[in-house]
Amino acid sequence: MEYRSPLANVRGLGSAKSGTSHWWMQRVTAVALVPLSFWFIKFLNLSLTAPYQETIEWLTTPVNTVAVVALILAIFYHAALGLQVVIEDYIAAEGIKIIAVWTVNLSFLTLALAALIAVFRILLIG
Amino acid sequence: MAEFTLPKNSVLIEGKTFKAAEGVTNIRRFEVYRWDPDSGENPRIDSYELDMDTCGPMILDAILKIKNEIDSTLTFRRSCREGVCGSCAMTVNGKNTLACTKSIDSYTDTIKIFPLPHMQVIKDLVPDMTHFYAQYASIKPWIETQTPAPADSERLQSKEDREVLDGLYECVLCACCSTSCPSYWWNSERYLGPAVLLQAYRWLVDSRDENTGERLDELEDPFKLYRCHTIMNCTDTCPKGLNPAKAIAETKKLLVKRKLG
Repeated sequence: MEYRSPLANVRGLGSAKSGTSHWWMQRVTAVALVPLSFWFIKFLNLSLTAPYQETIEWLTTPVNTVAVVALILAIFYHAALGLQVVIEDYIAAEGIKIIAVWTVNLSFLTLALAALIAVFRILLIG
Repeated sequence: MAEFTLPKNSVLIEGKTFKAAEGVTNIRRFEVYRWDPDSGENPRIDSYELDMDTCGPMILDAILKIKNEIDSTLTFRRSCREGVCGSCAMTVNGKNTLACTKSIDSYTDTIKIFPLPHMQVIKDLVPDMTHFYAQYASIKPWIETQTPAPADSERLQSKEDREVLDGLYECVLCACCSTSCPSYWWNSERYLGPAVLLQAYRWLVDSRDENTGERLDELEDPFKLYRCHTIMNCTDTCPKGLNPAKAIAETKKLLVKRKLG
């Protein structure tokens, strides 16, 4: 027998008073990824066709260095934000949900760090 | 995890078929979801062949004809029969609508009638709306003010301010939109759903209300509001032609505006 009122169930623990930043940053990173993706196509084309040294020189120019770092940040941040929403949508069990969200966020953080370190290694060592 | 298969006691079985009388030429077949909690049986699909020459034009007319002439045990809600009470919301050929304002002629061939999706069924076409109504009550759908009402008149509103409520006040809370929303299916314990969020927006933009900030505080939640992923089923299915998805998007814009200035 359920003695709590339907309204008590609905109001629950109340509003988290957050979520706007998550939603907004997903849009911001999405917009940022539009030009960055075109730049990335060019970069991929170059790394597949041009000689190694030429690609490195191209990447070392300030604009391209900023672009590759921005791409890495935007892409992994966007992916983490989006996957968290998917997990919250489909996983109802509280424990599994929290572990999954942590795993996703830590995985993308690790991947972003690895990618950034790789970029700086290439730029500094050549 | 979300459940993707029906529990055993919810699996549909074939029910009875009620043939049209001899000599009837203008026949339309209706397949209707039936479930009686007292029988202990699984839900079934009963088929009724109706004489369209003696049937009214709307889906609700056909359901009433079944109840009056063929099977009086058929259970459903209806009241106004003109689209203002929202009682007869149901799924007709896979799309939520009001049975009273949907014409039989807008469909071809067999017409399949089910209760609103993903709701607990009380009997036949009657879903349990308790949680939905509690969600509506939770957004405080009434005016909230600190300024006392004028002693000798109503709280006034300009014509332009009143026009802002067009497309919002017409909602009859039939729940067609909320029960068509996959996000509401998966997370209705916490997600308020399009109908309630449209009503919440109706009070956010009412020029006479003085509690906009508190209302936004209450809505700003990853589950209550941000489970909306702009799927648009709500707007697509609304039998009153309203746009709950837009009301939700405008609410999100208000929250961003409050944050970023």
